[in-house]
Amino acid sequence: MSTRLPSGSGWVTVSADGRPVRVPAGVTVAAALTDLGVAAFRRSVSGEPRGPLCGMGTCYECRVTIDGVAHRRACLVLVSDGMQVTTAAATQESP
Amino acid sequence: MTAVADAGASLGVSGEGAGATTVDVVIVGAGPAGIAAAVRAAESRRRVVVLDEAPNVGGQIWRHRSRDTLGAEARLWIDRLSRTNAEVRRGVAVVDVVVGGDDAPIVVVAERHRGGAEVIRASALVIATGARERFVPFPGWTLPGVMGIGGAQALLKQGATFRGKRVVIAGTGPLILPVAASLTDAGARVLLVAEQAPFQAVRDFAISLLTQPDTLLQAALYRLAFLRTPYAMGTWVTSASGTDRLAAVTVANARSTWSLPCDVLCTGYGLVPNIEMPRFLGCATADGAAVVDERQATTVPRVFAAGEVTGVGGVTLAIVEGEIAGAAAAGVARVDPSLVRRRHALRAVARRMDRTFAVRPEIRSLARGDTIICRCEDVRCAAIASLSGSRQAKLYTRAGMGACQGRVCGPALELLFGWQSGTVRSPLEPARLSTLSTAALAGAAASTDTLHSSGS
Repeated sequence: MSTRLPSGSGWVTVSADGRPVRVPAGVTVAAALTDLGVAAFRRSVSGEPRGPLCGMGTCYECRVTIDGVAHRRACLVLVSDGMQVTTAAATQESP
Repeated sequence: MTAVADAGASLGVSGEGAGATTVDVVIVGAGPAGIAAAVRAAESRRRVVVLDEAPNVGGQIWRHRSRDTLGAEARLWIDRLSRTNAEVRRGVAVVDVVVGGDDAPIVVVAERHRGGAEVIRASALVIATGARERFVPFPGWTLPGVMGIGGAQALLKQGATFRGKRVVIAGTGPLILPVAASLTDAGARVLLVAEQAPFQAVRDFAISLLTQPDTLLQAALYRLAFLRTPYAMGTWVTSASGTDRLAAVTVANARSTWSLPCDVLCTGYGLVPNIEMPRFLGCATADGAAVVDERQATTVPRVFAAGEVTGVGGVTLAIVEGEIAGAAAAGVARVDPSLVRRRHALRAVARRMDRTFAVRPEIRSLARGDTIICRCEDVRCAAIASLSGSRQAKLYTRAGMGACQGRVCGPALELLFGWQSGTVRSPLEPARLSTLSTAALAGAAASTDTLHSSGS
C-alpha cells in the first residue's frame, strides 16, 4: 500500500556542494540545507541569492541541482544516501 | 488506451505505472480533502487513484515525516485511506487534463519528479489542489531567510529545526499563532509575532469563535502555550534588510517604526486557492475560488472540487467537502445531510475570518519602485506599475512567465493593483518535453474516444 509512512529513523550521507554531511533520513533536501546554514539555494536571473519561500513546491525558489539534474525543487525531494546536491553557494550561478 | 500506452513506451517512458491506468475516480491532491474524497469513493467500491506532488500524503496541514508526529484526526484519515484499495501516487505533478465530451474518459497526464510520465483515465475527477500562501511584496522580501509562515511550517515538518534562529513572524489571521508555537517548540527564538489587524478586530473575532467550536480555537490555545513571545496587534513589517541573507527587519505600528535583527522572517497574509486546474478546464470561479454546487460539482460535468480550492475554510471544512465530493464522484446520489449542515456552519466562520483579517492599505503600498514583484523573472515594481493589467505586464516585462507561472506574483498583482490573473494554459506545471508529447497524445486519444462514443 503506497500510503505507508516512512520510519524517519537513521541517518544518510549526502554531498552538499562537495562536502559530505550526515543528515537525518526522511528529511527533504530543503530542510537539510536549511539546517546546514545554506542561504543561497539558487541565483535569480539577475544574480540575487534565493532560498525557500513557500516550502510546498509552488514558488520554485529552492531549486538546486540533485545528482546532476538541475532545477529540482529541494522541498519536494527527500535526501538519500550518496545524493549529490549542488546549490548556488558553490557555483555563483543559477544551478 | 492502447495508443497512449504504446506512445508512452516509444517515448522511453518506462518503469512502474508507465502508460495508462483506467479508474473510476481520479483525485488531484492528497491533503485532507483529497484523502476524504478518496476514502468515500473507494468505500463506495470505486477504483481510485490519488495524485500528489509531495513525497508523502497529507497535503500541507497533515504533512509529516513519520506516523508518530501526526495528530489524531490526520492519523485516523490516513489509516482509513490505507485500508481502502485507493492507489496513491506521490511525487507526481499533473501537467495536463482533458475532459472529453459525453462519456469519453477524463484524461490526466502527470509527470514524475524522477522523470517519466503517467496517464490516468477516469470517469470522474475530484480537484483537491488546496491553497497556497499569499505573498505581499515589500523591500527585501526576496532575501534568503524571508519565507511564508506555511513555508516555515513545511520546512519544520520536513525535518528542519531552526534551532537557535531568531525569528520574527508577521502577518494576519489565526494561522500565524500555531507556526509561532511550532517554531518555539523546535528550538527557534521567536522575537515577535506581529498581527497587522487591529486589537478590536482580533478580539471580536476571538469572541465570535467561542460560540463556534472549531479547530481555529486551537490557535488560541497554542497562543496560551507561549506567552513569553510578544504578540503585537496593529503591527506589521515594512522592510527586510541584509546582503546575502536576512539580517534585520523594520517593524511599524500606528505610532512608531523600529529595527529588529533576526535570521528568519515568516510572513503570512492569508491563503489563495489553487484554482489553476479548474480555470484551465473552464470551471466557473468566483472570488478567486472554484464554484461548486451542494454535491461539490463544478460547472463542468464530472469534475468535482473540494477543500481550499473552493474557498479557504480550514481543515475541518476540507474534510467535509472531500467526503461529499468523493461520494458524489462515485455516483452516490444522496448527499449526507449532516455533512451539508457542517459545511454551512464552517463556511460562515471562514467568511467572518476574511473580514477580520483583511490586509490593511499600508501593507499593500510597501513595495517601492525597485522592489521585485515577479521573483522568477526579477521584474521590479517600477516596470509594472504604469501598465494596464496582468496580460500587458506579461507581454512587456515577462512578469508571471517564469517557473512558478505567476503563482506568487499573480495574487500579489491582484492585491497591489487589483489585476486579475491571465488565462491558464497547459502545461499546468513546468514539464519535460517527453511528458508534453505524452500529454499531446493523450489529448488526441481522448478526442478519438469522443468520436468513437458518439459513433456507437
